[in-house]
Amino acid sequence: MSTVVVVDDDPHVRRFLRATLTGHGHSVFEAASVAEAHVAIAAHPPAIVLLDLGLPDGDGLSVLRALRLDSKVPVIVLSARGQEGDKIAALDSGADDYLTKPFGTGELMARIRVALRHATEAGAGPAPDTMVVGPIRIDQPRHEVTVDGASIKLTPIEFKILVALARQPGRVLTHKALVRAVWGATSTEQSHTLRVHVAALRKKIEQDSARPKWLVTEAGVGYRIRDEAP
Amino acid sequence: MSEREDDRPDPDALLAQMKAQEVRASRARLKIFFGASPGVGKTYTMLEAARRELADGVDVMVGIVETHGRSETAALVEGLPVLPRRSVEHRGVKLDELDVDAALARKPALILVDELAHTNAPGSRHVKRWQDVIDLLDAGIDVWSTLNVQHVESLGDVIQQITGVKVRETVPDAVLERADELALVDLPPDELLERLAEGKVYVPEQVARAAQNFFQRGNLLALRELALRRTAERVDVDVLAYRREHGIDRTWPTRERILVCVGASPGSERLIRATKRMAEGLRAPWVAATVEVIGASPLSAKDADRLEAHLRLTEQLGGEVVRLRGPRVPEALLDYAREHNVTRIVAGKPTHARWRDRLRGSLLDDLIRGSGPIEVHVIAPVESAPAPAATKPIGEARGAWPYIWAATAIALVTAICMSVAELVTLADVTMLYLIAIMVASLMGRGPSILASSLAVAAFDFCFVPPRFTFAVSDVRHLLTFGVMFASGLAISSLTVRLRRQERDAIQRERRTAALLAFTREVAAAVDESEVAVVAARHLEDGLDVAAGVLVPDNDGSLVAAAGLMALAGQDETVARWAFDHRRTAGHGTDTLPGARVLAIPLVDGERAVGVLAIQRRKDARPFVADQVHLLDALARQTTLALARVRLATEAKESALRARTEELRSSLLSAVSHDLRTPLAVITGAATSLRDDGDRLPAATRAELLDSIVDDARRLERVLANLLQLTRVETGMQPTREWVPAEELVGAALTRLEGAIGDRAVDVDIQSDLLLWIDPVLFEQVLINLVENALKHGAPPLSIKVVRIADRVVLEVADRGHGLPAPSDRLFEKFVRASAAPGVGLGLAVVRAIVVAHGGEVSAEDRPGGGAVFRAWIPAGTPP
Repeated sequence: MSTVVVVDDDPHVRRFLRATLTGHGHSVFEAASVAEAHVAIAAHPPAIVLLDLGLPDGDGLSVLRALRLDSKVPVIVLSARGQEGDKIAALDSGADDYLTKPFGTGELMARIRVALRHATEAGAGPAPDTMVVGPIRIDQPRHEVTVDGASIKLTPIEFKILVALARQPGRVLTHKALVRAVWGATSTEQSHTLRVHVAALRKKIEQDSARPKWLVTEAGVGYRIRDEAP
Repeated sequence: MSEREDDRPDPDALLAQMKAQEVRASRARLKIFFGASPGVGKTYTMLEAARRELADGVDVMVGIVETHGRSETAALVEGLPVLPRRSVEHRGVKLDELDVDAALARKPALILVDELAHTNAPGSRHVKRWQDVIDLLDAGIDVWSTLNVQHVESLGDVIQQITGVKVRETVPDAVLERADELALVDLPPDELLERLAEGKVYVPEQVARAAQNFFQRGNLLALRELALRRTAERVDVDVLAYRREHGIDRTWPTRERILVCVGASPGSERLIRATKRMAEGLRAPWVAATVEVIGASPLSAKDADRLEAHLRLTEQLGGEVVRLRGPRVPEALLDYAREHNVTRIVAGKPTHARWRDRLRGSLLDDLIRGSGPIEVHVIAPVESAPAPAATKPIGEARGAWPYIWAATAIALVTAICMSVAELVTLADVTMLYLIAIMVASLMGRGPSILASSLAVAAFDFCFVPPRFTFAVSDVRHLLTFGVMFASGLAISSLTVRLRRQERDAIQRERRTAALLAFTREVAAAVDESEVAVVAARHLEDGLDVAAGVLVPDNDGSLVAAAGLMALAGQDETVARWAFDHRRTAGHGTDTLPGARVLAIPLVDGERAVGVLAIQRRKDARPFVADQVHLLDALARQTTLALARVRLATEAKESALRARTEELRSSLLSAVSHDLRTPLAVITGAATSLRDDGDRLPAATRAELLDSIVDDARRLERVLANLLQLTRVETGMQPTREWVPAEELVGAALTRLEGAIGDRAVDVDIQSDLLLWIDPVLFEQVLINLVENALKHGAPPLSIKVVRIADRVVLEVADRGHGLPAPSDRLFEKFVRASAAPGVGLGLAVVRAIVVAHGGEVSAEDRPGGGAVFRAWIPAGTPP
């Protein structure tokens, strides 16, 4: 299967991850510090990196930034609740996703699957003409969206938000990333504007917008379109 | 201000004033009964006044008046026509509101509307009651209302600083300005506290705790001052308007305003500083005026520089500078003073010789003569040694003048008597001499003796036969001499005694006044440094010394709390010694007499609470008895005040320690129980799987695995809540953003998907509602409330988010058994329903987060069964 590099200073976490990942057929290499991480990644070019942010000899973000200089290998950040600021910083520095500790095996494997899929697909290329997420079907060239076959009307901004999220189903996009994708890199739009548009979009594509099934909020971080039903 | 303005009012101002009069005549009048705090008797006063109006035949009507069950107030309402209230049902609660429509239809001449700051029940015509009042006024109905100072919008932050209570119900200042009359209802704080203690002040139950903090003497004093000042400002504005309307030229003493006359003389600097201090004491604005005399020769360059320096100093010290021009200085100053309602004029004591005044006229004389109702303060412009008058023999007028006068009086009498010697008898002559002696005696003992001796000599020489010799023919005349001497001495000693008594009385009065002022000020001080500042100032003013107060800090070293520069070297040693030995030391004592300061320990019972350090002028005379008394009295009062604040601080600290202790022990028990239990489950289940996994049936293995997962999650929840609580309670500020209400609820419900399962949840969110919250923290609020409902209540749950007036309420309700009593403990830490698992942190976290957002939480039983938990937060102004 794939090669996974696990960077975490806690031996118990590493042991648990190694057991789980090898159980699922991945080969695992471990690193406990920033220095070891650089060595491990160089020695065993990974298909995916699981990266803890708090390391004894430095910030996990520095590993991520160094890696992003010449590599697009997917990186999933491991962090605890209450560190939303760190998560956003990691995502905006090029991390693909994050997992909040403690997490279950199911969640871990799902995130790895999503990250690996996006890595193999041309994530950066033009979006495919047609995208399907659960009951939602998006026809890009014709600006058409159907939910369970019924056509719905979206404003241009809602459409852009939906496309940006649906291009990478299962992956979280930060508020900043979404604002850029919708209004452009130089935009000065505030995140509350984005929130209002997302709320409107949700009302159109969700059965019950107060209990969303597909377009979910990652509190304090951003939004995600689920790629499979919960 | 350049030329003297003529006395005719400005035509524009007249026009504006006529228009204002027209408007005022045609529009309804608003009168506000204004008070410092609840319980001062505003409603009572208003009702009393209303009864008088009714008796005068005015069509008065009670729109809405809250009697709060007080019989005296209720009794006043009886007999007044009362407008039926409008009942509003809101969330099962019946609320009574002012029926504006009925009032408009009925249209009385005057309507009473209590509590101007009240927020109406949702669904009323207006959100706020004052808006109703404006409607009534617009319809031509006079309105009387009541208002407390803490509800004045512009004072909001001041009030919060003073009381620590954020006032949500506010009335815009414009409404206050719209009021035609502001009637202050005043009650001294002590009486208010007494009424409070007697239960005569209505305090709604839900704010009882806040009220405890609110009704403290210090708060009440501060609020009272605010109310008084606010009213005084208003009265000032009214007086100005009145004066304009009536062309009044005389000054009306209302609020203080001080004018200081400044010139180029170096002494002016002292005048400016003295005025600044006086202005601070009176909280009055002050103005430094300089007058350019028309036609006078210009100032020399040096004098001009000095004058400018004085004016700059004025500005630095916060005073206003005016430059006046006029033919004569006193008129220019007095004209300005009258036009600007100056209440006090400060002028320097003349330092020049008297003949100059004779020649040119005295500024001071003219000022005092022309000042009318304005007080004139005369201050020595140069730093001079303290007046030695107090140590002089009393009743001795200084210099040779009294003696010359005495001799002259006798000479005069002799001359008169000589010229009419043929017409008068010896007895008449004696009488005339006695009168002269009496007059001379009033000038003191010396002149009295001189006058008596001269009189005896002159009488003997000129009148007693044989005349023009000192021989005495009749022994009888010796008696006359004796009477003359004796009466002179008697009168002079009486005069001396009277003067001494008078001086004593004045000094005693001054000392009493100083002490009283000090006591009053120091009573309002809430901490050591305030006490120290007041004490130092009074010492400096009263004794003409530099003074400081030193108090011990936490580790026992003395620090200067006010006044004097920090002590160093020997002075510090002196203060330390005085403090440790509780004995006076330093300058002028037996202990360390070489020090510059005199250190007086402030001893309360067995321990010293501080030290007064006093530094005298180099050339100062020793303290006289009076000054020693004053010093003693001030030291005693300072001690009491320091002891009082220290006791208060210690009480507060020990209460805090007790709470911390309690918290620590409950945290320990919570951690030991609620963290260990899930750990025990996990360890047990995991070890049995590891050791006996193969022998267990598949169903048991699945069960063990489930319990591991479940208890791990439970552990995580406990930790998350503990962490959250610690963060918020240690003062972490929420990172606020505008978040759609749906998104908040959606995010929380997504995270709760597993816990809710297929239980029914009704969601009712006001559409397009934006919340000003920290999304991460507030998600936790919602999650905890829902988990709480899942744990203790029964489905269906209902979640509701709606804006009511200027707040947003987030509500989670269930259909379980309702609340366990009492409901106000629910949000405390480590309080939990007896049977349920968990640490009892969930609701504490809810409260901590909501409070950090400036909101509050509440819980109550739901009509029809179940409980409802609400979080209220300020709605803010969405973008």
